[in-house]
Amino acid sequence: MSVRYTEFHPRWYRPPMSVFWWAHRRSYLIFVLRELSSIFTAWSVVFLLLLVHAVSQGGKQYRQFLDLSSNPWMLALNVITIAFLVFHAITWFNLAPQAMVVRLRGNRVPRSWVSYAHYAAWALLSALVAWLILR
Amino acid sequence: MPDRIILQVSRYRPERELEPTTQEYEIPLREEWAVLDGLNHVKDKLDGTLSYRWSCRMGICGSCGMTVNGEPRLTCATFLTDYSPGPIRIEPLQNFPVIRDLVVEIGDFMRKLPQVKPWLVRGEDAAAPQGELLQTPSELDDYKQYSMCINCMLCYSACPIVGLEEDFLGPAAIALAQRYNLDSRDEGAHERMNVLSTAAGVWGCTFVGECTEACPKGVDPAGAIQRYKLTAAAESLRSFLLPWRSA
Repeated sequence: MSVRYTEFHPRWYRPPMSVFWWAHRRSYLIFVLRELSSIFTAWSVVFLLLLVHAVSQGGKQYRQFLDLSSNPWMLALNVITIAFLVFHAITWFNLAPQAMVVRLRGNRVPRSWVSYAHYAAWALLSALVAWLILR
Repeated sequence: MPDRIILQVSRYRPERELEPTTQEYEIPLREEWAVLDGLNHVKDKLDGTLSYRWSCRMGICGSCGMTVNGEPRLTCATFLTDYSPGPIRIEPLQNFPVIRDLVVEIGDFMRKLPQVKPWLVRGEDAAAPQGELLQTPSELDDYKQYSMCINCMLCYSACPIVGLEEDFLGPAAIALAQRYNLDSRDEGAHERMNVLSTAAGVWGCTFVGECTEACPKGVDPAGAIQRYKLTAAAESLRSFLLPWRSA
């Protein structure tokens, strides 16, 4: 923090902040993992776009994409990605009620309802996507 | 229950040491004693040189914030028995320079706080109100939670962004800005936006959420900041789409 030294306080002690400050407390670690999950969320979008592009290019391109996707390294990356995606969604859905104040007939909707609405929307959209793919 | 407990107190005496050391004091463990009572016992009976801040002893003045076993706490509201059999580690608030022992330098916070104009702003050319400015219970509820802030700075101690970004306004200042923004009598929201909707304001917050966990008064600064992000984003969008509507 920026502070002005005066002749009366010449030697304040400024505790150094460790590079590993996030490892000292569970909540900080969860926060850093949540921030890190954004990278994997971005990768999942890129992967989806690559899939859509491969499908649009025809059978040969699509098979090449499937070969690439079945590569052990790619599989490992995507398993980690889905774990981080679930972590990302759950942590943000749990935080959503703090940011969203929803009022119904003048009364504030209970916080848990805001979370449940997010999970319900997630389940609904997942079911819709599953139906589109599996029908 | 044992009848004694050890306090491991951080000492920093700038005239004779370059960094803090730890000093142990053994004090009586009494059910009705808060950590602050333990420190007062040390000061009165064992070591008069120990320095720390306190005043009201009842969670109102916000002076006695310290780090107790690694957590930012009001020492007047933290009981010794909860840490039995001890020892209890007592350090100054984190993210602040230390002046002496458990006393931290709060000038940075005191300079940031007035930037958000934490008072009722009324239009200069508006006529003085005739009588009271009345509010409904619902209008009071909009901001009452944020008005409970006692400026104890536990949220600044809990927030890693405060420690990493020296320009960050910090949780309490933003929550207090919201206390006035959401007050139906206030007209200063637009003036505050210039300070709040910046990289050093709400956009500096990455929603760690520890400020809310640390707050002894249930203010929820993290919620206040996220709510303001929505307000600021909506205002930016409005001024982009409807430039003639924005003030």
